[in-house]
Amino acid sequence: MVGGGGVGGGLLENANPLIYERSGERPVTAGEEDEQVPDSIDAREIFDLIRSINDPEHPLTLEELNVVEQVRVQVSDPESTVAVAFTPTIPHCSMATLIGLSIKVKLLRSLPQRFKMDVHITPGTHASEHAVNKQLADKERVAAALENTHLLEVVNQCLSARS
Amino acid sequence: MAAAAALEAVAPTGALWGLVQDFVMGQQEGPADQVAADVKSGSYTVLQVVEALGSSLENPEPRTRARGIQLLSQVLLQCHSLLLEKEVIHLILFYENRLKDHHLVIPSVLQGLRALSLCVALPPGLAVSVLKAIFQEVHVQSLPQVDRHTVYSIITNFMRTREEELKGLGADFTFGFIQMMDGEKDPRNLLVAFRIVHDLISRDYSLGPFVEELFEVTSCYFPIDFTPPPNDPHGIQREDLILSLRAVLASTPRFAEFLLPLLIEKVDSEILSAKLDSLQTLNACCAVYGQKELKDFLPSLWASVRREVFQTASERVEADGLAALHSLTACLSRSVLRADAEDLLDSFLSNILQDCRHHLCEPDMKLVWPSAKLLQAAAGASARACDHITSNVLPLLLEQFHKHSQSNQRRTILEMILGFLKLHQKWSYEDKDERPLNVFKDQLCSLVFMALTDPNTQLQLVGIRTLVVLGAQPDLLSSEDLELAVGHLYRLSFLEEDSQSCRAAALEASGALATLYPVAFSSHLVPKLAEELGRGELDLARGDESTKCSRHLHCLQALSAVSTHPSIVKETLPLLLQHLCQMNKEKGHSVLRKVLLEDEVLAAMVSVIGTATTHLSPDLAAQSVAHIVPLFLDGNVSFLPENSFPCRFQPFQDGSSGQRRLVALLMAFVCSLPRNVEIPQLNQLMRELVELSCCPSCPFSSTAAAKCFAGLLNKLPAGQQLDEFLQLAVDKVEAGLSPGPCRSQAFTLLLWVTKALVLRYHPLSSCLTEQLMGLLGDPELGPAAADGFSLLMSDCTDVLTRAGHAEVRIMFRQRFFTDNVPALVQGFHAASQDVKPNYLKGLSHVLNRLPKPVLLPELPTLLSLLLEALSCSDCVVQLSTLSCLQPLLLEAPQVMSLHVDTLVTKFLNLSSSPSMAVRIAALQCMHALTRLPTPVLLPYKPQVIRALAKPLDDKKRLVRKEAVSARGEWFLLGSPGS
Repeated sequence: MVGGGGVGGGLLENANPLIYERSGERPVTAGEEDEQVPDSIDAREIFDLIRSINDPEHPLTLEELNVVEQVRVQVSDPESTVAVAFTPTIPHCSMATLIGLSIKVKLLRSLPQRFKMDVHITPGTHASEHAVNKQLADKERVAAALENTHLLEVVNQCLSARS
Repeated sequence: MAAAAALEAVAPTGALWGLVQDFVMGQQEGPADQVAADVKSGSYTVLQVVEALGSSLENPEPRTRARGIQLLSQVLLQCHSLLLEKEVIHLILFYENRLKDHHLVIPSVLQGLRALSLCVALPPGLAVSVLKAIFQEVHVQSLPQVDRHTVYSIITNFMRTREEELKGLGADFTFGFIQMMDGEKDPRNLLVAFRIVHDLISRDYSLGPFVEELFEVTSCYFPIDFTPPPNDPHGIQREDLILSLRAVLASTPRFAEFLLPLLIEKVDSEILSAKLDSLQTLNACCAVYGQKELKDFLPSLWASVRREVFQTASERVEADGLAALHSLTACLSRSVLRADAEDLLDSFLSNILQDCRHHLCEPDMKLVWPSAKLLQAAAGASARACDHITSNVLPLLLEQFHKHSQSNQRRTILEMILGFLKLHQKWSYEDKDERPLNVFKDQLCSLVFMALTDPNTQLQLVGIRTLVVLGAQPDLLSSEDLELAVGHLYRLSFLEEDSQSCRAAALEASGALATLYPVAFSSHLVPKLAEELGRGELDLARGDESTKCSRHLHCLQALSAVSTHPSIVKETLPLLLQHLCQMNKEKGHSVLRKVLLEDEVLAAMVSVIGTATTHLSPDLAAQSVAHIVPLFLDGNVSFLPENSFPCRFQPFQDGSSGQRRLVALLMAFVCSLPRNVEIPQLNQLMRELVELSCCPSCPFSSTAAAKCFAGLLNKLPAGQQLDEFLQLAVDKVEAGLSPGPCRSQAFTLLLWVTKALVLRYHPLSSCLTEQLMGLLGDPELGPAAADGFSLLMSDCTDVLTRAGHAEVRIMFRQRFFTDNVPALVQGFHAASQDVKPNYLKGLSHVLNRLPKPVLLPELPTLLSLLLEALSCSDCVVQLSTLSCLQPLLLEAPQVMSLHVDTLVTKFLNLSSSPSMAVRIAALQCMHALTRLPTPVLLPYKPQVIRALAKPLDDKKRLVRKEAVSARGEWFLLGSPGS
């Protein structure tokens, strides 16, 4: 699995990216406060899980960089499926695999085991789209990546609250 | 006779000789303290000790010599204050001489010199002589850590007491010290050595030609890289070393030429902590540097700071970078220049502008905010910098606002403008014409008004905030501007449901601006609102339409929001009262009276009357109390000017329930009076209050009476009268608590009287508290008694307040805790199963209100109970226990880690409770658990992560949310990068 690198000093690949507005906290509805009513897992809930993931090289979230959007989240609670498409900021972004891996790990840690998840690059937005998607879909490779201390470190940083 | 005296003299020295032998030859440690004690008590002199040591000090075996000197040194350490000057001189000579001795002897010699360095009787010249001897004879860095520390202590002692003398050594002293500390590695010693260097510099010792050497010998530790070993008994933290080294490096401009290049290099480091330390050190340096020191390094410093702020992914680096830029600019602004020197501030600021300006024109891009923040950090440093930057940036931003048409771009631009405007508030300009904002006023106003009419709520919000900041600039806005602004605020005050936040912001802005411009608001807003109110009355009369109704409500809210200035209140209050009368006419006569007697309305009046009363002058207070008490007790209405009261006013007798409710107003008044105001007819008043407090018809008035009684009781001086009133209350409570209709009223009286006494540490309070505790086991009143503990521990707002002159002892909570918690715990163990939750609830109320530092030491004894409470089946107890444990997990992780096993099990159990609130609280505690030391948690990590998978599939979203964040944190435990 590729990825990592370029996190410390040195020049950023895209030093001045476009930034997007953050959506507010999801308002709590009366239904959500009612003990009896079940709330199904919906696209917004999935989006809330991944929108605050930190970008590996900017002090910005994936939402602010428009890497993830709610419209690119497909979820079916009854069928236990989730599909997330993410959009790298530039077509040659070397961080794409790392970002995809972070999203994948976040979902693995946050969703019930019954869910089958698919994380892939928004079609037509990255030079090596196919290769990255293949890596992200390969369970063994994802598992192996998480055995790699350096990669795990970067992923954990992306998933930590900013200090 | 003579022989006897001689014997007496010999006997003690004989004993001394024995002790010395035991220490030197027998290798026992005890005799040293014994000898020291004997010297202190005057049994022997130091000279006798030396004599007794005699041969061991000259023994050919170095170990024996060392042991002998060690004994002498230990005695001196305890007895140095008894030494005479003559003895000191001899001892110093002896010790200096011994410095040449065998290395085994040196540690003891240094101990002795340390003792002598503490000696007040040390004659002039000897400190220098000791230091010279040490510099010459001892190679400090080859000594063990403890002995190096001793040497530093000797120097510290001399620097404290012999400053002038040491300065006589000139730069030799500095040089000697540099050589001594060169190569020091131990953090304990470094802390002392840094302190010495700091004193050398700040006390102005001569550094001579050794400035660079002194810098080298300290800066080689920068940036500090030290991780305290686990279980370090010395407790030295990395931060301690960082701060003490920073104090040295940033203590003098003379280091600047060496330090600044080092800082520039280390800011570029890959290591986050090195970056932060460098930026913070730079920040500290700016406090003592001037233009001269910074001159050559400004371009590089700016480049480094800019790069960090532009590129970083860490908010701390950004914050520290901005802080450093702020200090740099402040430093350049502050420096006094020679007439012919160039002012570096201007060129520095021009550089910043050049690198940042163009980013401000791209409001969608990432660098827009870092650039704005850099400019604002510099502009915030001085009035001059602020002028320079804003005069350059404001025209640009104003232009950009018009160039960009999208609302969100405009919002970013306006938000930047707002930031610059706020900076202007920091500086006050004496001369009105000099105010730099005057030039831009018209453009700013029109821009704000555009924002206020934009459909985008976010842009409107920034517009409102900007308007308030513009309004806060003295004499900036003209009356025309204000009229327009008020018009906008009027419109925004009636925005519909979907822009609640905007309406709220507009109301808040109206309140803030109305205090500054009361005339504008009373002439342009109040009449409009009055008109609207009139229309609303007609609409309401025609029938209830919800939109009209909400408009009506908004109008009233707007009126209340602008009532922040006395002159406006004078206009709005009659309007509101007139409006009430109008409603009254339409809805039948009873409405007004009913409205004014509602709980919330009376509570609002109580707060107004209470506040007003606390500020009454003594005369006016005495006058008022002489009218008001007879009014309530005797229905004496003669002092009311328009006395058209239709019936008799007798709230305490057979008056209507409405009249009785007004006792709350009496409470507000008499309970807020200063303690020295005498209350007429007090005896009668107290009796009436006690009667009313147990009257079962209306809980509002009986509670008011109980509170009023308690409020008065709290302020009465100790004495017979107080005791009588107390007896009265106790009897009433006793009678009321027996089975009957007014048990709950009697309980309320008991509760308030207890509170009044607890606050003033009255001896009877313990007895009443016991009674209250007894009620925890009462099947009917138990739950109320448990909640009563919350009232006892909290601050009231209407009676028994410090502001209302009540006697409130500062530590009452702690005292209550100490006095009563053991009994509560005992009560819990003794109670039957069905009332146990009451005890736990009472206890958790007490614990929740207690300052954490007081609670922490008591935790070990209480924790077992709290843990037991987690198994209690009552949801309320579970919830309050969880909310009590959660902050403890955060603040006392060490204590809590002892119970990690129980905590994990119980929290996980509760995370599947049928109550959603309990599940949420339990998961929050699971999250808080991650604050415990990681090694304690790691054994549980796999189990917890498995268990937390279940609540991830909870049917409630709010529960899942907590499960996600707790599980996420557990994953990070002990994992790289966290």
